[in-house]
Amino acid sequence: MARQAPTLFETGGNAKNTTKGRKKMWDYVKLIVLAAVAVLAAIAASHARDIAYLVHMMIFMGAAVIAFLWQIRHMGEAVHNQNEYMDGVVRYGVVATAFWGVVGFLVGVVIAFQLAFPDLNLAALQGYGNFGRLRPLHTSAVIFAFGGNALLATAFYVVQRTTAARLFGGGLAWFVFWGYQVFILMAATGYVLGSTQGQEYAEPEWLTDLWLTIVWVAFLLVYLGTLIKRREPHIYVANWFYLAFIVTIAMLHLVNNLQIPVSLFGSDSVPVWSGVQSAMVQWWYGHNAVGFFLTAGFLGMMYYFIPKQAERPVYSYKLSIIHFWALIFLYIWAGPHHLHYTALPDWAQTLGMTFSIMLWMPSWGGMINGLMTLSGAWDKLRTDPVIRMMVVAVGFYGMATFEGPMMSIRAVNSLSHYTDWTIGHVHSGALGWNGMITFGALYYLVPKLWKRERLYSLSLVSWHFWLATIGIVLYAASMWVTGIMEGLMWRQVDAQGFLVNSFADTVAAKFPMYVVRGLGGTMFLVGALIMCYNLWMTVRKVGEAKPAATAAVAAE
Amino acid sequence: MGILDHHKKIETHATLLLVLSFLVVTIGGLVQIVPLFYLENTIEEVEGMRPYSPLELAGREIYVREGCYVCHSQMVRPMRDEVERYGHYSLAAESMYDHPFQWGSKRTGPDLARLGGRYSDEWHVAHLINPRDVVPESVMPPYAYLLDRPITGEYIQDLMSTYRMVGVPYTDEMIEAAPEDFVAQVDPFGDTDGLLERYHSAQVRNFDGQEELTEMDALISYMQMIGTLVDFSTFEAEASR
Repeated sequence: MARQAPTLFETGGNAKNTTKGRKKMWDYVKLIVLAAVAVLAAIAASHARDIAYLVHMMIFMGAAVIAFLWQIRHMGEAVHNQNEYMDGVVRYGVVATAFWGVVGFLVGVVIAFQLAFPDLNLAALQGYGNFGRLRPLHTSAVIFAFGGNALLATAFYVVQRTTAARLFGGGLAWFVFWGYQVFILMAATGYVLGSTQGQEYAEPEWLTDLWLTIVWVAFLLVYLGTLIKRREPHIYVANWFYLAFIVTIAMLHLVNNLQIPVSLFGSDSVPVWSGVQSAMVQWWYGHNAVGFFLTAGFLGMMYYFIPKQAERPVYSYKLSIIHFWALIFLYIWAGPHHLHYTALPDWAQTLGMTFSIMLWMPSWGGMINGLMTLSGAWDKLRTDPVIRMMVVAVGFYGMATFEGPMMSIRAVNSLSHYTDWTIGHVHSGALGWNGMITFGALYYLVPKLWKRERLYSLSLVSWHFWLATIGIVLYAASMWVTGIMEGLMWRQVDAQGFLVNSFADTVAAKFPMYVVRGLGGTMFLVGALIMCYNLWMTVRKVGEAKPAATAAVAAE
Repeated sequence: MGILDHHKKIETHATLLLVLSFLVVTIGGLVQIVPLFYLENTIEEVEGMRPYSPLELAGREIYVREGCYVCHSQMVRPMRDEVERYGHYSLAAESMYDHPFQWGSKRTGPDLARLGGRYSDEWHVAHLINPRDVVPESVMPPYAYLLDRPITGEYIQDLMSTYRMVGVPYTDEMIEAAPEDFVAQVDPFGDTDGLLERYHSAQVRNFDGQEELTEMDALISYMQMIGTLVDFSTFEAEASR
């Protein structure tokens, strides 16, 4: 199926005047709402019980004031041309992805070295820079800021290209983008200032959670609305994954973050779940943040950008149907493998393990569909470093989705759980799969979005590729070594049945590998900086593409 | 594959695709989560569990705030080496008042589920000021600043009321007496009868050795009671769980 850019349709200029009048009225409504938000935020800030809440209210106030001023300067401006793709928000998303990527990797490198050299937990920072506060900053920055912006930008790009329709909702996509950046700022400042509810990957407290809910509903509206007004009969497979990702994340976020604020003027809140139920809900959420945020959404990316870059259709349509439904059905069960041998009842653990192992199959279905899309185009691996990046991403996806089911087996998990092996596993997925496929998508998108005829430098892409790949290998290998080593050292007993190693012995033994891990992370960071330079120079220095080259004809 | 031909209906209808995807992803969660709320053996019957005292609760808030859970688990698994190293394996009942649970997922540092009573207060203070003074191999960050941060029970009643809303059995009396209990727990010469009646086996000491009531007091009061409440002499494991 070939996709065409929207042709010049008649928009129906008959009701132009009333449209303009309605637009103006709507703009006044927006001004009133923004002014009200700014005033309410200022009042709330003056009652703040804690510094995190104060800062959050200042962020709200600042954002509302900026939006208010912007709105005043753009009152009653013409309605957008429905026949053009809305690419401005995608361009911003691309910049935000690159920016938050560098921030997230940098914090990751810092905390990696903090574990090797604890003096980097600077006493002068009074705890604000301690590992315990920076680690959530790192995980949220890479998952939700880097990954989230990559998903927003590519979802908005892909859904327009594959439906031949402009984004639904007028400026709503801009609200989603900026609203999401506000969420990131609130989460990040909250962590450093000590506002956390203490659930991994769901650390933000009630106010931030509530704000994200609003933004996410808007995201769903924009996405679904665009699908509904599509000009193509079929919904392309990439969109299935994006849609499942958006709706599932909404469900997970709401259930896992049910909580009651201690005060309307403080950031603190108390989650409604406790103990064993809290654990089950948290890992149902946590594992499916991986399954839907970092897998389903990114598979959507894979299903669009790999065929486009390889100029080949997706390998198997039937496989994509089967693996889509199997993947989303099975993933949601896998959570309890994070709780093997804990106080979670055995029946739940067994279910979690069984479904995790079954999950291997649809995961590899996706990998095969991605890799085999290159059939007949394998020579491109030699000449095109961008496709090489995407293919290695899918390779890491396959590796991580084999390693995951293996680690979910109770016997393996009894050794691997609580160790660095888990950290290594997560990073071969996050750096290898999510990182690399995002880099590939960025290299594809920037020339398209800024209408450049090519990337500034393919050899810099190669540099990025090798730095990142070697960095990941160093990272994963060092974590395998420390993980298995500490797992074995913890359980080692002597002939009389006494434990051989004190806990401190195992910490000391890991030092060299922690340095290697830090170096691997540094290489990955340097690669990302090279990418930023390359993309920047592409926009700055490369000549404009001839119009013919921008015709959006997707290969499926 | 005839059945796949019908997929066309789904992939030409956005709302249908949305609804079906949503239904498919709800099943696993429903099956795994809902029974935990009504199966009776999910949480063991034990003797000794009680809600946190006001000071302990404030200490737990600091534990969460500082992200201790990213490096320390509170969940001893029933393996020989873990029971040997840490103590009796953890029960679901032991975290029944923990909103949210703090079982953790990583042991960059050792498990803390049986930390209470294992070290002296002085050890904890020295360790938190600079962990490498007492454990040279440690990679833990320093928390000396907790000594300089006075803490009051200003909002502790609000916090306890919120905990009561989500099911922790704080009584009116407990919430009313919270501000007094908050300071009573660090004053061994004061009147602690009420506190001990409301919170059995609460430890009353000047935990950080300083005159002032600080975050260090609160945190150590929490750490000294973790895993000490359940009376294991009366506990019988249920094989069918």
